[in-house]
Amino acid sequence: MSDLFDIITAAAFWSAAIRIATPLIFGTLGELICERAGVLNLGIEGIFTAGAMSGWMTVYLGGDLWTGVLVAALVGAGFGLLHAVLTVPLGLSQHVTGLGITLLATSASYFTYRIAFPNVSSPPRIEPFQPISIPGLSDLPFIGPALFQQTPLTYFAVFLVIVVAYILARTPLGLAIRASGENPAAVDSQGLSVYGLRIGAVMAGSAIMAVGGSFLTLSAFNAFFFEMIAGRGWICIALVVFASWKPGKALLGALLFGAFDALQVRLQQSMGGAIPYQLFLMLPYVLSILALVIMSRRAAYPNALMIPFIKGQRS
Amino acid sequence: MIRLEPRQERSSALSIAAPVVAAIAALALAAIPLFIAGAPLGAAYAAMFNGALGSQFALAETLTRTTPLIFTGLAVAVAFRARLWNIGAEGQLYVGALAAVVVGTGMIDAPGFVLIPLLFLAGGLAGAALMAVPTGLKLKFSVDEVVTSLLLNFVVLLFVSMMLEGPLKDPMGLGWPQSEAIVDEGTLPVLMARTRVHAGLILALFMAVIVHIVMARTVWGFETRAVGSNPSAARFAGMSTSMVMLRVGLVSGALAGLAGVSEVAGLKGYLTQDLSPGFGYSGIVVAMLAGLHPLGVVVSAFFVAAVFVGADSMSRAVGVPSYIANLTVAVALLAVLVAGVLTRYRIRIQKPGARNV
Amino acid sequence: MTGSSQTPAQQASLALSISGVTKRFGNLVANDAISLDLAEGEILALLGENGAGKTTLMSILFGHYLADEGEIFVANGEGHLAPLPPGSPKAALNAGIGMVHQHFTLADNLSVLDNITLGTESLLKFWRSDRAASARLKELQENSGLHVDLDARVGRLSVGERQRVEILKALYRGARILILDEPTAVLTPQESDALFATLKRLTATGLSVIFISHKLNEVLAVSDRLAVLRAGRKVAEIDAKAADRALLAETMVGSAVQPNVRRAHIPGEAVIVARNVRAPDPRGRQTLENADFTIRAGEILGIAGVSGNGQSALAALICGLVAPQEGEIVIAGEPVRRFSPRALMQAGVGRIPEDRHHDGIVGTMRLWENLALEDIRDPAAQTGGFLRQGALRIRAKEAMSAFDVRGGGPETEARLLSGGNMQKIILARVLDGEPRVILANQPTRGLDVGAVSFVHRRLLDARARGAAILLMSEDLDELLALSDRVGVMYRGTLSAIHPAEDMTVRRLGLLMAGHDDLGDAA
Repeated sequence: MSDLFDIITAAAFWSAAIRIATPLIFGTLGELICERAGVLNLGIEGIFTAGAMSGWMTVYLGGDLWTGVLVAALVGAGFGLLHAVLTVPLGLSQHVTGLGITLLATSASYFTYRIAFPNVSSPPRIEPFQPISIPGLSDLPFIGPALFQQTPLTYFAVFLVIVVAYILARTPLGLAIRASGENPAAVDSQGLSVYGLRIGAVMAGSAIMAVGGSFLTLSAFNAFFFEMIAGRGWICIALVVFASWKPGKALLGALLFGAFDALQVRLQQSMGGAIPYQLFLMLPYVLSILALVIMSRRAAYPNALMIPFIKGQRS
Repeated sequence: MIRLEPRQERSSALSIAAPVVAAIAALALAAIPLFIAGAPLGAAYAAMFNGALGSQFALAETLTRTTPLIFTGLAVAVAFRARLWNIGAEGQLYVGALAAVVVGTGMIDAPGFVLIPLLFLAGGLAGAALMAVPTGLKLKFSVDEVVTSLLLNFVVLLFVSMMLEGPLKDPMGLGWPQSEAIVDEGTLPVLMARTRVHAGLILALFMAVIVHIVMARTVWGFETRAVGSNPSAARFAGMSTSMVMLRVGLVSGALAGLAGVSEVAGLKGYLTQDLSPGFGYSGIVVAMLAGLHPLGVVVSAFFVAAVFVGADSMSRAVGVPSYIANLTVAVALLAVLVAGVLTRYRIRIQKPGARNV
Repeated sequence: MTGSSQTPAQQASLALSISGVTKRFGNLVANDAISLDLAEGEILALLGENGAGKTTLMSILFGHYLADEGEIFVANGEGHLAPLPPGSPKAALNAGIGMVHQHFTLADNLSVLDNITLGTESLLKFWRSDRAASARLKELQENSGLHVDLDARVGRLSVGERQRVEILKALYRGARILILDEPTAVLTPQESDALFATLKRLTATGLSVIFISHKLNEVLAVSDRLAVLRAGRKVAEIDAKAADRALLAETMVGSAVQPNVRRAHIPGEAVIVARNVRAPDPRGRQTLENADFTIRAGEILGIAGVSGNGQSALAALICGLVAPQEGEIVIAGEPVRRFSPRALMQAGVGRIPEDRHHDGIVGTMRLWENLALEDIRDPAAQTGGFLRQGALRIRAKEAMSAFDVRGGGPETEARLLSGGNMQKIILARVLDGEPRVILANQPTRGLDVGAVSFVHRRLLDARARGAAILLMSEDLDELLALSDRVGVMYRGTLSAIHPAEDMTVRRLGLLMAGHDDLGDAA
């Protein structure tokens, strides 16, 4: 027990938790935007992969790190556009299309990577983002090293949560996005374009997901591996439900999740072989399922989530 | 603006043409990545065709690859028909294989005609049991089964890894995480000499026919279709939608479990962590290309298998990464979805603001 | 009115002019060269049966459909008619056309204010001017009398309040022409009167109104002028004061329709009895509170009520979708012990669902399959789990000819049928087994005249053979015409039940609004 206490009172633990949480913050936020507009985006797993690969590739080919992030976002938006065109005006099954996007984005990323590096035994590396200490704040005891010695993308993730929360709650655009997820007919009757709003939201959300992917290759690690996303996208979908479609709670949920994951890693080290390591690795997935079960009773889905809007046709 | 107008009658010719067109479109679109990779297009397609269908050996390899895809394709088709989104066929395949290994590596000493059915039974039950989890959570807590069945895939793979490094580890395996081999009595017979095509294919075809008969001709199939297309009308008409869902979930999981047994007992002989190169996920493509029709699954599984086997050859011949196959199959999935829209709707494009006089 | 008195009214102050609009759907001509003018400050009633083309015409006006031929002109700010760009709701809104749809287009989880201000501010703005919007709305509410709490969530509002939100939405956008599609369908007669008063008040300030309806009486009460549509054509256009009621009715329908007559007869013994029943609503709305009623053989009990007052709980109970929390239901002397759709069907209840698309029909299945939906497990439909497809197809063919189902054969997918034919399929399924109890929940909603008459005839036939029928309808005229006795649901409670002869639409309206001051002697 004292072990556990030691672990979770160490600043390094929280610093790791936040690092683990960062891609999930991006992913959950991106998925949340899509779903708030009424579109489930199961392309997330593939868009993560595409973001990780394209961001990394850009930097490897000589772009700077932020250019890599930008390219990842654009690639994400591209896949988002494809998903949106198929599911919004064409009204195709959001489930199946999303899975198709994941298959497409994943295989396209792997294919591209393999063309660039046909036979490498160890993955090529880049110089990733370095932690930035926020002057003043990073010197605070405990909180400083835990919160304010992160890489820039982590600060960006938190900043993005605030921006998205503000847009959704306080701007005419946010109201319109929420309304498209609640009742697209209401949006249409007020002369706004449901298609435009939904397509835009899915593109923006997908761009954010892809930035989450690029965090993995540009910040957390310094290389691209196959299968490195390992279900993070699906976990984000569970986190959106857990967060009741609220950006603030999404941040909280991702951090909580990051903390559990960090804890799992520490416990795995401290228990050293007494329990098979696979059991620890299962925890994030099991936890996500549990989170879904716990929140399911209270889940207040956007009313028009997964319901396509076809003009002149009543659902 | 673009408007969709429902077609009055859905012609069966169109429904068959849609996946064919989608498959051809996907193959044609593969030219883009091939071009980017700098491969000679003609030679690449030729290598692909020959690798998949060009010789008896190639055909046999394609049929070997078709076998698990029929099972997972059926698993997905059955579930999707009831709008139960089982995306966990990959995990169900692995637990099926695991069950086969547990039962078939010496635990039971029985002749083949007893042991082989037992292996399939065990694998089917294991797959069904696994799918019972997301189905149950959906029915009891209305938890979206897409995410749960997906997440369970990761849990299962870790569990398999744990077993292969623990209790099921082959002591003679030179330290590799792999199980002991299935005993000879439990191994499926090979169908064509000097090939790897095994009796699993027969069972797969048989299951496709059975599933077709059940879906088209029985009360179970009728209820599945009704619940799938309008659950509230089905409930209103007196069907127990949860019973139907549960039944479908179990059948779907079992079918995917059979795929695992067939691979272990028919092809690999023992279980490793790379038993399936994503057969569960490809099953989604197979089912959608088949329009969720059980007999169509056989055809589309053959197509998908041919793409994968052909791409392997092509990859060796012209040096293009074999991920071209995954790419082609993903495009085929999206293409068949779009083609499906065209069979159901006419697309009319009208310019807003234009005078229609 | 205003000071513009230089020329004759219909020339100078036209608010809207529709000219030669034609719209075809496949072979169907929904609108056939319709021309129509609307003066400023006028209430024009657009009258016609379901399927006459009213809604299509208004959808074209509002840009939801594109006309195949014809043009629309709207008065701009200076009063000059300018062509309206077709196919753009945005253009219609900007031209000052506001539309209140029959099915409200409101987002339930958003507040009234959110629903009204949605789309009224530039999407590029970084903040919302809610305070200014509230102030303007308060003023609008004062002037129009459309009171509703701006901060309330729309999902919590009554139907009448939601309608006020819809009208406010249009006025807030500066609508000069207001189109109301069947606005009274969901209101009590008293609420309708309040709406009419509001409309009069608004037209006095220069607003023009198009009022779509198929109810002759209310149209005569509120409108200045009437235009009658029939089968896509404008067949009459007259001053409301000069209108001849009987002639109008005939013009609307096309020929004198034989009304279905409920022949007096003495009902038999009690078939279904509800004692002190309390039941939840499946969607968590108003529960049903200690309901007591008896329906005898050959009797129709009509239930009126504003939607959301517990009727859906009552219907769900009789359909077997929910079980009573207290009390009991007795059918033919036997208390119902298990509540499931199957159990109720086996007890002899035939059920016509309120929403036929949602609960009645599986659109992608064939008609013979839809007809077998309820009894697929019966020995007549299957042997050993295998469908008796031949027998089912023959049965379907017979049922479809008996119920005059048109637009396809047994192999047609149900989604391709018209509303009327879908309802006939449901009737065929429900009435086939000659059930002793029939629940008919909004059986004629949205049907055209011919289909309505058909449904009425079949229900009366069932009554004549001795079925006990529970009829729920928002159409009070229909309710009074068909029912032997009527009751009203209000806040979950069923009122005392009166013979239909003692009831009028107005009295029903009072009961529906919760007034229990009838001083009834019954």
